[in-house]
Amino acid sequence: MESLTSYFGPLCGKEEKPEEERHFRANDRPFNLSYRYADNAIKTSKYNLFTFLPLNLFEQFGRLANAYFLFLMVLQLIPQVSSLSWFTTAVPLFLVLAITAVKDASDDINRHRSDKQVNNRMVDVLIDGELRNEKWMNVQVGDIIKLENNQFVTADLMLLSSSEPLNLVYVETAELDGETNLKVKQALTVTGDMGDSTDSLASFKGEVRCEPPNNRLDRFRGTLSLDGQTYSLDNDKVLLRGCTLRNTEWCFGLVIFGGPDTKLMQNSGKTTLKRTSIDHLMNVLVLCIFGFLASMCAVLAIGNGIWEVREGSVFTVFLPREQGVNAALSSFLSFWSYVIVLNTVVPISLYVSVEIIRLGNSFFIDWDRKMYYPKSDTPAQARTTTLNEELGQIKYIFSDKTGTLTQNIMTFNKCSINGKAYGELFDFSGQRVEITEKSEKVDFSWNQLADPKFFFHDHSLVETVREGNQEAQAFFRLLALCHTVMPEEKKEGELYYQAQSPDEGALVTAARNFGFVFRSRTPETITAVEMGRQVVYELLAVLDFNNVRKRMSVIVRSPEGKLTLYCKGADTIIYERLHPSCNKLKEVTTGHLNEYAGDGLRTLVLAYKDLDESYMDEWKLRHHEASTAMDDREERLDQLYEEIEKDLQLLGATAVEDKLQDGVPQTIEQLAKADIKIWVLTGDKQETAENIGYSCNMLREEMKEIFVVAANTAEAVKEELRNARRIMCPDSAEEPSVIKARAGLFWLQKTERVEDEKVDGDYGLVINGHSLAFALDTDLHLELLRTACMCQTVICCRVTPLQKAQVVQLVKKYKQAVTLAIGDGANDVSMIKAAHIGVGISGQEGMQAVLSSDYSFAQFRYLQRLLLVHGRWSYLRMCKFLQYFFYKNFTFTFVHFWYAFFCGFSAQTVYDEWFITLYNLVYTALPVLAMSIFDQDVNDRWSSQYPQLYAPGQLNLYFSKKAFVSCMMHSCYSSLILFFIPWAAMHDTVRDDGKDIADYQSFALLAQTCLLIVMSAQLCLDTSYWTAVNQFFVWGSLAAYFAVTLTMYSNGMFLIFTSSFPFIGTARNSLNQPNVWLTVFLTSLLCILPVVAFRFILIQLWPTANDKVRHKVRKEALPAPAPRRPPTRRISTRRSGYAFSHAQGYGDLVTSRRFLLRLPLRSRPLFTQTDSPLAQNQPQHYRTIPEEAEDSQKPPPTGGAAAAQ
Amino acid sequence: MMASSYNAKDEDGAVTVSLRSKKPENTAFKQQRLPAWQPILTAGTVLPAFFIIGLLFIPIGIGLFVTSNNIKELEIDYTGADVSSPCFNCSQNFSWNSTRPCTCTIPFYLEQPYESNVYVYYGLSNFYQNHRRYVKSRDDSQLNGNMKSLKEPSKECEPYAYHDNKPIAPCGAIANSMFNDTLELFYNDPNGTKIQIPLNTTGIAWWTDKHVKFGNPGVDNPNLTAVFQGTTKPVNWRRPVYELDSDQDNNGFINEDFIVWMRTAALPTFRKLYRIIGKKSGLVPTLPRGNYTLEVVYNYPVRSFEGRKRMILSTVSWMGGKNPFLGIAYVTVGSVCFFLGVVLLVIHHKCGNRNNGGDISN
Repeated sequence: MESLTSYFGPLCGKEEKPEEERHFRANDRPFNLSYRYADNAIKTSKYNLFTFLPLNLFEQFGRLANAYFLFLMVLQLIPQVSSLSWFTTAVPLFLVLAITAVKDASDDINRHRSDKQVNNRMVDVLIDGELRNEKWMNVQVGDIIKLENNQFVTADLMLLSSSEPLNLVYVETAELDGETNLKVKQALTVTGDMGDSTDSLASFKGEVRCEPPNNRLDRFRGTLSLDGQTYSLDNDKVLLRGCTLRNTEWCFGLVIFGGPDTKLMQNSGKTTLKRTSIDHLMNVLVLCIFGFLASMCAVLAIGNGIWEVREGSVFTVFLPREQGVNAALSSFLSFWSYVIVLNTVVPISLYVSVEIIRLGNSFFIDWDRKMYYPKSDTPAQARTTTLNEELGQIKYIFSDKTGTLTQNIMTFNKCSINGKAYGELFDFSGQRVEITEKSEKVDFSWNQLADPKFFFHDHSLVETVREGNQEAQAFFRLLALCHTVMPEEKKEGELYYQAQSPDEGALVTAARNFGFVFRSRTPETITAVEMGRQVVYELLAVLDFNNVRKRMSVIVRSPEGKLTLYCKGADTIIYERLHPSCNKLKEVTTGHLNEYAGDGLRTLVLAYKDLDESYMDEWKLRHHEASTAMDDREERLDQLYEEIEKDLQLLGATAVEDKLQDGVPQTIEQLAKADIKIWVLTGDKQETAENIGYSCNMLREEMKEIFVVAANTAEAVKEELRNARRIMCPDSAEEPSVIKARAGLFWLQKTERVEDEKVDGDYGLVINGHSLAFALDTDLHLELLRTACMCQTVICCRVTPLQKAQVVQLVKKYKQAVTLAIGDGANDVSMIKAAHIGVGISGQEGMQAVLSSDYSFAQFRYLQRLLLVHGRWSYLRMCKFLQYFFYKNFTFTFVHFWYAFFCGFSAQTVYDEWFITLYNLVYTALPVLAMSIFDQDVNDRWSSQYPQLYAPGQLNLYFSKKAFVSCMMHSCYSSLILFFIPWAAMHDTVRDDGKDIADYQSFALLAQTCLLIVMSAQLCLDTSYWTAVNQFFVWGSLAAYFAVTLTMYSNGMFLIFTSSFPFIGTARNSLNQPNVWLTVFLTSLLCILPVVAFRFILIQLWPTANDKVRHKVRKEALPAPAPRRPPTRRISTRRSGYAFSHAQGYGDLVTSRRFLLRLPLRSRPLFTQTDSPLAQNQPQHYRTIPEEAEDSQKPPPTGGAAAAQ
Repeated sequence: MMASSYNAKDEDGAVTVSLRSKKPENTAFKQQRLPAWQPILTAGTVLPAFFIIGLLFIPIGIGLFVTSNNIKELEIDYTGADVSSPCFNCSQNFSWNSTRPCTCTIPFYLEQPYESNVYVYYGLSNFYQNHRRYVKSRDDSQLNGNMKSLKEPSKECEPYAYHDNKPIAPCGAIANSMFNDTLELFYNDPNGTKIQIPLNTTGIAWWTDKHVKFGNPGVDNPNLTAVFQGTTKPVNWRRPVYELDSDQDNNGFINEDFIVWMRTAALPTFRKLYRIIGKKSGLVPTLPRGNYTLEVVYNYPVRSFEGRKRMILSTVSWMGGKNPFLGIAYVTVGSVCFFLGVVLLVIHHKCGNRNNGGDISN
């Protein structure tokens, strides 16, 4: 897409010659203007008042359908060919163009408005040595502007100076790249020295040469020449439009790119247009229809040729031929005449109606209260209005974990201290009580420093702690000391913790509330407030966490001089290092741990050890030696750590809940019932992901087997995948069978397809990022696909954003199935864009996922309703619509075909021209629209009750090529009835007063009345949900038909427009004849009854799930509420490991003094503290530090930037 | 081309927090809970429908069939394609310019007396009155009496719009090909006298056609000859339009024979009302049983395109002319319906409980 933008950018830009280098001087407008760089005004609108009509028309006729109808209209103007008056095509075409034009115009007006709003924002610009408040649009390249805190960056700027030390500024780039962390930019010292002195800034004469405008956000190259010196400029010195200035009082910048040249605008290319499979099918069908039309016309043209030779040549007595027209030419002309007459097979209103239906269904999604999340005031939003029916065909869901399945909130839920479990509620009889929102909360008001957002329900723990229980106090002391959290105290008593993982934050917060408040730290000390008493511990060492150690320890000296090692870590790891004296406690704790693991909680085991002063001195010495050693430093340190972390005393265990979003397990269960496969693609580590898999019901104990693929070589991965497959399906072919086919328009598109293989029993697959990288290679990806698709559940852990997209692409390519990706963060954007449908969870990390999504809502559980209710309905409605629409137009057209055999293939129409004009537009437009907007086979409750009703969409049952052919057959039958019954009834008869009724006009009226009534009856048969609107439209359309017909055939209309309404009196003279009505009745019955009989037989003999449910609906008005199952408890030996969602701690940083450089400067949070009401609603919200590269050398981003100084 | 996804709101992010909640309204329409009738095809509705339709259609069909059978109809083909036919000579020696009319006489015998009004039709076969170019070839304004169109006929009438630089009235191929045979009926009294049966020339066209659609130019001018001054008669016609009838109310464009002809037929085989034999007072049948003679002034050539000409005598009923199709169709459809009803009943009885079961497989 980006390449497309950059390709089109120059094409559409004003300058013909692409800019090769940008060159300008600061404070020198006349010089800069000579280059004619774009100013800072942006224009996203397409038209203005004068260009609207020509441009819009040009655009509209670029569409195939419109062009086709224009072509038809031109054909109709040729008298020899014209078989219909010009208005039969012109009126619909005009209406379609008008509706589209109005929509385009209103869109463009909105764009104008938003452009205007942006262009008129004010900013301080340095002009003639003073700061002037100017509109954004008047800012020019080379201007110096001043930005203040929380302002949007006006244009792409080169940073000159800032209020902060070292000329730093902090910007939030969420709108640009979706990353929520602050980024640091730093000005050159030479410019930074100018500070906010207006004089020196005004006399700044720097000359900049840099790259031309482009869309790369991460790169900038240029030079600044000042006083003969040249300084290089890079991305660190550039502020991009779209960012917001944070935590910086002011800064000055030099405008480099303005308006359309900014990287933001260069990046806002055309969004890739997603099309639904029905769209593709429709295109193919329309093409087939064109072919069909051509062959029909060819047949009729040949017929015309034969007729002209045999009959026409001798009939010239009464009907002379036009000059120079012989049989061959006449045949040729009649081909085109029939193209006009039969054009209704490709109805112009099809595309318009489809758009209207989709729009309607999108509105229903927007309006759904059951997808509205009151806590964040977020309704669901259909951001794309063209994909609705695809929601009813989803086969694979790819879901992110953090923020999508989980809330990304960790809560300290339970703990086991010294063999006693806390955190559960019991009633008087000792029964466990489920904790709900209403359960009584523990009162922490005795603790001044408690976090008000922390909840706990078990009173006994507080009492235990306050009673002074040694173990409990040690437990929380450990939690308050052993971590790498950074505190921030903006106001006295208002503590904010910045933890690198939410787990840690939860544990430290728990300690805080139970009276062990971690207050501040220096590299050497930790200050805690223990039960109201301030205690300063000396921090001797941090034995940091890493993936192999799966534990972390701190060694502290208490004010009393006691040396203690506090350690927390994964149970298996800690258990190996316990002192044998704790064996008994170990057993009890193990029981608790199993219980917690069964509930899907993340557990940690806590232990301590008192140290000997002399030993410690000696150890420290060795530690210092090791940490300064040149080689094998890591190993030596590890050995040291190993040595000291042994013979630990067990304290207890914590259980932290990675809170799932509400209703996630139920949603997943329902979706699984609908035969939708769910793959979780997460950046988390394997243990965490597995744990979540269990807690949200994707991995179940009753699964036959769960395969874990975690190999380090391609060969091993292949072997593991193969083994898994052989276990699941021993007799599957070794080599994947790829079915190659061609599809799409002109069969140009090559498709490859891997068939689903039958597996009995449920299996799960967990694959880690390393293995996935191998498995996604071309020689292994089919192996992965086959194995993965056999499993009910697939969990990929440690996946990069790119891999997420690759996995989606893989399934998309080889399964030809509709995929949906759901996620909330910037790392999900790639997969959201890759999948057929992207869903963004709104109100979480930034807006990036939502902005690139097709649908957005606030909670994962709404996915169930989106798919099983809205998607299913949309699909059903669209299919019903298409089927009916093709039926009605084919039938209409085929009647002409049969009539051709009776009128000498002269392209005479069966119907009145006005009827032809109004048929699609008025008589049959609204009823079918009402049906396809309101229809529901069963209501939403039943839809969710029986997810298997979703299956027809996945199998494409309702509208496919087959359905289309049968629809054509049906039309063929109906048209035969509709022509030959009136023919047989009328050809030789007269009125009851002996006068004419077999004349052309009466016959036309009869035929069209029959047609319309049959079409209405068929619609009634198809409609399964009769609202008042449907009734009104159906009867209204019929009434309108008779009213319009009587009006058009009235004396008045004839006398005013004599030549346009020649059917005067036809209605009055034939509609009062009983045999006319008898014929209408007979025709309708003959068309409808076979359909009724056929459908009835189908229901009786081969009832679908749908029929059964509908049958049930008739008996019970509402579905029985699903039986409330008690929450399933997993009896499991599986236990979560050390569940930090992060790879490497930053103990280094804590002890390195580096952060001291930063913190005193300004109490700047590592993480943005958003002021939105959203954030306030949530409990303490921790954000993970965006994962930098895996290597630990690289310091965390913000700290690193500051530390580099 | 530069349809961009960028807009100001994106850049602003969520800045404005309106006090109004974004919670969607709770209306039946927006929540898709509109009260609705949800019919489904059940045995309880489908089976009775089939039986009722069956039982209803059969008697209607029988009634229609009987009615149609009671209508008396006689058809005489007088094309003269056969050598033995009395009109053979006329059909052979046809020429548009011949001034001497060729007459042929065809005797026929009515086996049943025709009660009430008897309608005389002429029928043509293989005559493509519904050909697109033919249907178009008229000028409704001219026929409606528009003076301007009288002098300047529409282009649609070509090549019959002008003749000898004079506008043709009435113009067009339809008018030009007007049927111009004269049919006369004689009753051969058993005592040998030949009595001409009086034929009504009026009341054969639709009222709306005669009074609204067609009209002579110059409404107030009774002198049609003057009104049509400056126009010329259609090429094939022998008389100008203002000499079609001596009756002022049946002359010019509002001549009923002309109007009937101008109402083009839907199919290449058609009949058009020619005359009406009014019912005599009392119990005397309009046409008693006996010998009749049809005298044809043979003007209209159809043999060149293998057309056929017929004269039809017919009575009518409440459902129009003789047409057994509807009756047969109704009886057939009724029987099929009934039969289908039985089949469906059997099917329902044998397999109908398949979808009643509450077991909807999961």
